[in-house]
Amino acid sequence: MNMTVEQRDGVKVVELQGDLDTTTVPTVHAGLIAEVADGVRLVLDMHGVRYMSSAGLRLMLSVYRKAQERGGDLVLVGLSDAIRDTMEVTGFLNFFQAYETLEDGLRVLGAPR
Amino acid sequence: MSSVERIDLHPTHQHDGYRLRQGRPLPYGAHRVPGGINFSVASMHATACTLVLYESPGGPATAEIPFPPEFRIGNVFAMVVFDLDAETIEYGYKLDGPWDPVAGHRFEPDRVLIDPYARAVAGRPVWNAGGQTALRSRVGFDDFDWESDQPPRIPMADLVVYELHVRGFTRHPSAGVRFPGTFGGLREKIPHLLELGVNCVELMPVFEFDEHGMPDDRLDYWGYSTLGYFAPKAGYAATGPLGMQVDEFKNMVKTLHAHGIEVVLDVVFNHTGEGDERGQTVSFRGIDNKTWYMLAPDGTYRNFSGTGNTLNCNHPMVRGMVLECLRAWVAEYHVDGFRFDLASILGRDTQGHVLDNPPLLENLAHDPVLAHVKLIAEAWDAGGLYQVGNFPDYGRFIEWNGRYRDDARRFLRGDAGQAKAIAQRIQGSPDLYAWRGPTASVNFVTCHDGFTLADLWAYDRKHNLANGEQNRDGADHNDSWNCGVEGPTDNPAVRALRGRMARNSLTLLLLSRGVPMLLMGDEMGRTQQGNNNPYCHDSPLTWVDWTLAEKNADLLRFVRLLLVLRRVCPVLRRPRFPVVEGPDADLVFHGVEPRTPEWADWARTLAFEWREAEGAGSLYAAFNMHWQAHTFVPPPAPAGCRWHAVVDTHAAPPADIVPIDEAPPMPGRSLALGPRSVQVLVARRGG
Repeated sequence: MNMTVEQRDGVKVVELQGDLDTTTVPTVHAGLIAEVADGVRLVLDMHGVRYMSSAGLRLMLSVYRKAQERGGDLVLVGLSDAIRDTMEVTGFLNFFQAYETLEDGLRVLGAPR
Repeated sequence: MSSVERIDLHPTHQHDGYRLRQGRPLPYGAHRVPGGINFSVASMHATACTLVLYESPGGPATAEIPFPPEFRIGNVFAMVVFDLDAETIEYGYKLDGPWDPVAGHRFEPDRVLIDPYARAVAGRPVWNAGGQTALRSRVGFDDFDWESDQPPRIPMADLVVYELHVRGFTRHPSAGVRFPGTFGGLREKIPHLLELGVNCVELMPVFEFDEHGMPDDRLDYWGYSTLGYFAPKAGYAATGPLGMQVDEFKNMVKTLHAHGIEVVLDVVFNHTGEGDERGQTVSFRGIDNKTWYMLAPDGTYRNFSGTGNTLNCNHPMVRGMVLECLRAWVAEYHVDGFRFDLASILGRDTQGHVLDNPPLLENLAHDPVLAHVKLIAEAWDAGGLYQVGNFPDYGRFIEWNGRYRDDARRFLRGDAGQAKAIAQRIQGSPDLYAWRGPTASVNFVTCHDGFTLADLWAYDRKHNLANGEQNRDGADHNDSWNCGVEGPTDNPAVRALRGRMARNSLTLLLLSRGVPMLLMGDEMGRTQQGNNNPYCHDSPLTWVDWTLAEKNADLLRFVRLLLVLRRVCPVLRRPRFPVVEGPDADLVFHGVEPRTPEWADWARTLAFEWREAEGAGSLYAAFNMHWQAHTFVPPPAPAGCRWHAVVDTHAAPPADIVPIDEAPPMPGRSLALGPRSVQVLVARRGG
């Protein structure tokens, strides 16, 4: 699992690559939570995530809850169809705004073009 | 805030590189604790126990860890194993002890058994695709974000139950859902339930069972053969292959609640899926046969369930499991009630004798966690105990009213001598539930067990040959009628009559006090081709064919509008028995003439008037179950009101039912009822 962070016009873009499962979640969790500052605007780019386990779903929700607590805003982009289905049928998708492309995500969070 | 580190975070023992310490005996099962997982299993008669771990899902065993003697507390083996991955770990137990069937013991020290308290079961992640893979216990996650979910807590009197099979409800390709045959698929069909107007789904068994558990190659489709009471059936989850059935189930409940629909589970505590001595040993038999099962003095299985074994429900250990299980489904899954399959077995003692004061039922009735959920008994068993009307209810248990079904069918069919009985059923069965009120009665004409509504009026006899039991299985007495031709026909007169019989049935059901229950698909004329016991068919025979919603759109419309009528007429839903005599009467029986009901055996006509104090909203229903036409004279409409005609089951759709606000005033002073038909009037102000 690989995680990269970049700033795009005041929006933080975190790109995850690899599988989100029980072996990778603890590291990603620590890394992600560190990015959730007060009022953060964060796009989580999931294009590179092929598999997400129950632990991964829980990671996503805890990051969402953390961002919410800190008055931030979190958007998911690039969910694969399979992960999107999984998140929908288990209810985790309800918590998120999810968009196809990074550009959509940036637009929603108000980053100027 | 300072914190002191727990001193039980550290292992005290080692085995083959696994770090261990003594566990806690309660709660039973496998639960996460700081640093590891606490495993706890009870057996009154085992001499030793070994924990078997599978660290790669579906892979071979990676460890066998015997419980050291000092980890045994009483008859409970309890151990913490550190550093396990609770998400992926699978486990089982081997129990050592005597093989002495006559004494009741059937220990097989080499057999790996699933945990009776397992929160999830692996091995059947996809329906009918698991072959003979061994079942294994899983730990998984028990956390879920319910947000502000609250059970709807619909008053019993307002409940409309819809009994469904999770897979059969959306498996048919015509269902048009993304997750067919699953909890997720059911969630997608919520719009249908809302449009129909039901507010409670009663799910046929959803606890883990083995669809391949039958002694031959037939499939166990119904699933009245539980193996994991704490585990949702993985094969009913779109996410079963990902092991997320727990989350998917919870999300289904949460979404149903958000739409005001309750979830009742059909639970099978009378027997398990292990069968008799010839059956498979998966869990209970190998863990502690003598405790879990009711045994005869020679060690053979007592069979009050008709399925081979009987769970020993009033043994304190088993009683504890049932209570823990129901608590878990209420506390962790937010379900709203339970329907207890063959509930009379729950009132038998460890020898099978019928108890006056069954401790299990008393425990359930008075449990604080279960305080607000609906408890519904199927108040009979296969051992000849029939307790409809006198099930030990403790003020909590209501009943599937089998008498309602039987009397309704006979009355509707036009049998002689039914008027008196049906008058009781319409009132909510005061003859059965005198001290309890009509909401003790779940009224139904059809349920999963027996003919569908369409088949009830299309078949004289059951047609169960496809079940492979030479047509011996299934009820022989169905009080059904084929309307002149056995099975499908193009004869328009027969088809029209069947449509009328179905509408008559639904009208009777929804105009009776008590809790009505519909069977999935009956609202659109679902057939099972005369099979009244299709427990082993996973096929279009048992799946809801959603094209029927169009083909039988008029019937669907009829049911929807009837349910609207029930909603807007509170007099039908009062949680007390009606007063049937005197100036305060709210139910008055009539004959073809006002106030002259005919109770004689030959009577096949009956009318009744539900009286609303304000007048408006009162109803008059005329039932002509005779094969000839009759003219009924209704009583005068309440003061300031006129009768408006809403239902005439003899009229061709869409005139068979009209919305109340479009209902025309009744013309003239009498009603001409065609053979075997029903008319309903509603009182509206003005005119």
